[in-house]
Amino acid sequence: MTRIINRQPGRYGRLVLGLMPFVILLAVYIVASDARLAENPSDKLLPSLSSFVDAITRMGFEPSKRTGEYLMWNDTLASLHRLCMGVGISALIGLAIGVGNGMIPFMRSPLSPLVTALSLIPPMAILPILFITFGLGELSKVVLIVIGICPIIIRDIQLRTDSLPNEQLIKAQTLGGNSWQIIARVVLPQTLPRLIEAVRLTLGSAWLFLIAAEAIAATEGLGYRIFLLRRYLAMDVILPYVFWITLLAFSMDWSLKRLSILAFPWYHKEQGGRHE
Amino acid sequence: MLKAIRPFTRVIALSATLLATAFTSQAVQAQEQTEFKLAWTIYVGWMPWDYGAASGIVDKWADKYGIKIEVVQVNDYVESINQFTAGQFDATVMTNMDALTIPAASGVDSTALIVGDFSNGNDGVVLKGDKTLKDIKGQQVNLVELSVSHYLLARALESVNMTERDVKVVNTSDADLVAAFTTAGVTSVTTWNPLLSEITAMPSTSKVFDSSMIPGEIIDLLVVNTDTLSANPKLGKALTGAWYEILATMSGSDDAAIKAKSFMAEASGTDLKGYEAQLASTKMFYAPSDAVAFTQSKDLTATMKKVSEFSFEHGLLGDGAPDAGFIGIETPAGVYGDAANVKLRFTSEYMEMAAKGQL
Repeated sequence: MTRIINRQPGRYGRLVLGLMPFVILLAVYIVASDARLAENPSDKLLPSLSSFVDAITRMGFEPSKRTGEYLMWNDTLASLHRLCMGVGISALIGLAIGVGNGMIPFMRSPLSPLVTALSLIPPMAILPILFITFGLGELSKVVLIVIGICPIIIRDIQLRTDSLPNEQLIKAQTLGGNSWQIIARVVLPQTLPRLIEAVRLTLGSAWLFLIAAEAIAATEGLGYRIFLLRRYLAMDVILPYVFWITLLAFSMDWSLKRLSILAFPWYHKEQGGRHE
Repeated sequence: MLKAIRPFTRVIALSATLLATAFTSQAVQAQEQTEFKLAWTIYVGWMPWDYGAASGIVDKWADKYGIKIEVVQVNDYVESINQFTAGQFDATVMTNMDALTIPAASGVDSTALIVGDFSNGNDGVVLKGDKTLKDIKGQQVNLVELSVSHYLLARALESVNMTERDVKVVNTSDADLVAAFTTAGVTSVTTWNPLLSEITAMPSTSKVFDSSMIPGEIIDLLVVNTDTLSANPKLGKALTGAWYEILATMSGSDDAAIKAKSFMAEASGTDLKGYEAQLASTKMFYAPSDAVAFTQSKDLTATMKKVSEFSFEHGLLGDGAPDAGFIGIETPAGVYGDAANVKLRFTSEYMEMAAKGQL
């Protein structure tokens, strides 16, 4: 008897099964939207697919009537700039403090409890303090992302450093390596793929903090636009923006994964190929 | 393989259809009903609804007409209007501009049943330091974009021959405006009460423009879905009757008035003195005859024309709008804009009944 856990869908089966939920969601949307629009043609809640196309054309490919800018690209660039700054700074700090905490006991003793405590503060709760300290400009938006994800990256890198086999470190010492050499040549290369993984896992939160920061005070950005248009229910722009954000986040995640596979093939071999 | 998943697809397709029907059946169906929902949000001119619900006045009037009215507080103002537009509420409080740009622009025919008050100093432009309005040139102004604050700023700039190009508007959430004002980068804000009084109470600020300089343009309304109202005139009568009874209670100077106002003050996070200060910068129409006169006046049409033009320039009327008059606005004095596409109506019918004591 074939057990369900051993039955595998074929190549096409996998494709069909993977696409099916999306097709169903789309169908549900179209049916619901048609029904609402039949009743009220200017309903804004569930716009038709053609009004999405119109909105994307207007936001992305026609200069704005008021400022002459291409709004969607402007928003995208502004948001990506903030996001990359926040994530990049977090990754650098995370790597430096994480490896330090893992390797240097005199650094770990004062810093580790602090990082743990900091990672437990919900960043949204200290927003007003952030504003007063860093102002409402770009800085506070980047700082919100850093405060939100940096402690998580630090803790993750610290765990990875901790879990390195002791034999390796002892071998490196018997070969005459000093602390700095051991960190740079033995520990760092092995934590880098883990850093990429940590960044991938925190990207979702980074987007969340970015959108939240832009919702509070901004003049451009993807989150800014969504919260601005929310004031008059312009779902024809909001939904494509959400889709666009998802697409951006997905492609960032995918590129990081490819980068990691290209740069650290040994790491991924170690991880095994299940569900690849 | 495909054969194996066929039964699944059928089940899923079926549930999808069911889901879709559930989704769409929320659309409003105009028919006679006996239960209604009214949404209110915190604002000096809307607190009476809270008192009306708590003191039983709303229930009393609902009973009189044999209906039920549930009064619901919504924390987020814009969300309450969106919910009204989606058909979740039969009546909701909002300003004249939001009534035009959210429900009316979404094709939901809406009627301003009660004109409660207009802002008479409740909204203002504040600069840091000892300044006049002209000093705003080149500054960044933090405000809730596309709200009545934005409209007020546009009108303020107009009064000194400037336009929005002379300043930089920064969208800032109202929840964070007061904290934002204390930071160094923020030099100018436009906002409403109680935030406004919080900000002007800080040292070295100048309120350079406020809504008392454009009286009667920022109007607070109780808006009802037009189809629901025409199918259920009882709802209009009960709401209007309850409203003027609440106002009559709070406008006196006896114990009942103080009790009512203290209740409203507490519910809006201030004390009696603070609430009375806010009332002072609000022109409440305590007497229904005043509201009737205001609604029937030609000035209302002129105001709605200005509001429509502002909304059109900022793209708030939707893509289909070729000009500011795309959405028709009906007032007792006449129709502004497209008479074939009237989506926002001001009526003095029920307020007149209240004035004549016919409710």
